[in-house]
Amino acid sequence: MNNIAERMPRLGKTLASIDHLTFRYPDSPNPAVRDVNLEVGEGEVVLLAGPSGCGKSTLLRCINGLIPHMFPGDYQGSVSVGGLKVAETPMSTLAQNVGLLFQNPENQIFMFSVERDIAFGLQNLSVPRQEMRTRVDETMRLLGITALAQRAPHELSDGQKQRAALAGVIAMRPKLIILDEPTSLLDPKTALEVVSLIEKLNRELGITFIVVEHRLELLIPIAHRLVVMDGGAKVMDGPPQDVLADERVEGYGVSVPPIFKLYNALSKDGARMRKAPQTPEEMAEELNAR
Amino acid sequence: MTLIEFKGVSFVHETGVTALSDVSLAVGRGETVAIVGENGAGKTTLVRHINGLLKPTKGSVFVDGVDTRETTTATLSRKVGVAFQNPDHQLFSESVENEVKFAMRNFGFSEELVSQRLDWALKFFGLEQYRKSSPLVLSGGEKKRLTLACILAWDPEVVVLDEPTVGQDALQKEKLGQIFRLLQSTGKTIFLVSHDVEFLWPIQPRLVVMSGGRVVADGKISKIMADRELLEGARVTQPQLLRLYAGLRRRPTTPFLDVLEARDWIGGKKESPGAG
Repeated sequence: MNNIAERMPRLGKTLASIDHLTFRYPDSPNPAVRDVNLEVGEGEVVLLAGPSGCGKSTLLRCINGLIPHMFPGDYQGSVSVGGLKVAETPMSTLAQNVGLLFQNPENQIFMFSVERDIAFGLQNLSVPRQEMRTRVDETMRLLGITALAQRAPHELSDGQKQRAALAGVIAMRPKLIILDEPTSLLDPKTALEVVSLIEKLNRELGITFIVVEHRLELLIPIAHRLVVMDGGAKVMDGPPQDVLADERVEGYGVSVPPIFKLYNALSKDGARMRKAPQTPEEMAEELNAR
Repeated sequence: MTLIEFKGVSFVHETGVTALSDVSLAVGRGETVAIVGENGAGKTTLVRHINGLLKPTKGSVFVDGVDTRETTTATLSRKVGVAFQNPDHQLFSESVENEVKFAMRNFGFSEELVSQRLDWALKFFGLEQYRKSSPLVLSGGEKKRLTLACILAWDPEVVVLDEPTVGQDALQKEKLGQIFRLLQSTGKTIFLVSHDVEFLWPIQPRLVVMSGGRVVADGKISKIMADRELLEGARVTQPQLLRLYAGLRRRPTTPFLDVLEARDWIGGKKESPGAG
């Protein structure tokens, strides 16, 4: 995996733009999202964090169009992705721009075989047969699941299921993929493999990612940005190592990885360290040099 | 004194898939045991034997001396509370409060006690505002807390938690940590299935590593987590503080258990962690 210095945000074009968005569900007295402004550039990997109920999931729904198309409510401000205004664009068109992967792949894969499952979304878009074959094969190759093409989803391991579900999203060739806690059900090694895969798709295909994840230590090494939400509002936004080195972050219920907690504590004690470490090994090296 | 004992337990699913192979494990009263290992290693199958939801195909499981084959899950549940990995498999009542009351009523608690324990559990887990709501409207993290509230409300001797930290933010994780200390201090026997090595490390439980339906290691977490080859095979990663410790040229005799210990040692305030 590349280190952070090589992965600074590419100052590309804006892909997703959220402008003064406020959204309230019909049966709720308070807005779930309050006056959020957020610009996501093409090719960025953005981590979204914050306590339960802070509005993360609602924000994701506003980006992929589930809000307002499936969940109507009091909607102010605007969201656009790839130049299309989400509220005014049909879900089927949005689906070609934005893919969403749920936490539990079992909610997402349901066909009799992995390859038919990957083809499902393309069929819905009436992609020509030959084109469909090509895209399914390419996607399976990219994710290393070609050997699983004929397997039924229930025969797969959890890591394989997560890959198959991701393949279904990638085959649609969206510009933006939203992942809602993609690794929470995976063992640590499998989780790291999914993280490497996100990094690869970002680097090779330039796909933009917005990822909600509580286990930040896994995603920090590949993320360009960390956005923190609290009470429906965006409260912090910046390079992950800067946000995590800001002591306010713990007050927002963000699981700060131990190594950042330690770095922050040592900085508070007056220890001068060159920069926030990306890994425990980096921190050990720095301490060894003193 | 042994409270839970697995003797040569194997479990074969109806489909013919072997989920547990010859597992032997003795857990004493008041012990905290964490179970880690790859997806599909048999961790959940193992803990489902403790309250008799699953019965061994070969070998036996004893709970407080009673063979689980010779009793019912309903009887075992008074002693053993299990919070499943997926709360949707567990929640069924029309309201949060009835969900918590359900088991206590089944166990014949007085209405007064039921209402006292209910109030405590909802408050402790921050679920008071949902008292009358359907469990279905809760978020994933809230549902998990509700399953915990239900179990702790009836105060079982053995508490089994399958992936309790999934979907929990830092504040809730911290609370879970507090609950652990509370459970430990009241002498509960705890089984904890988790992928979250950062959460497990400061608790310093006895660690059972599973792979392919077998127990491949069983012992102190500090010792097992230092064995990289073993971890690699079981698809478990090392906690960050142990990785830091391993990389230090000058270091104390035992690894840092938490951030405070590391801070004190690196800042030169203490010669070795745990001292003083």
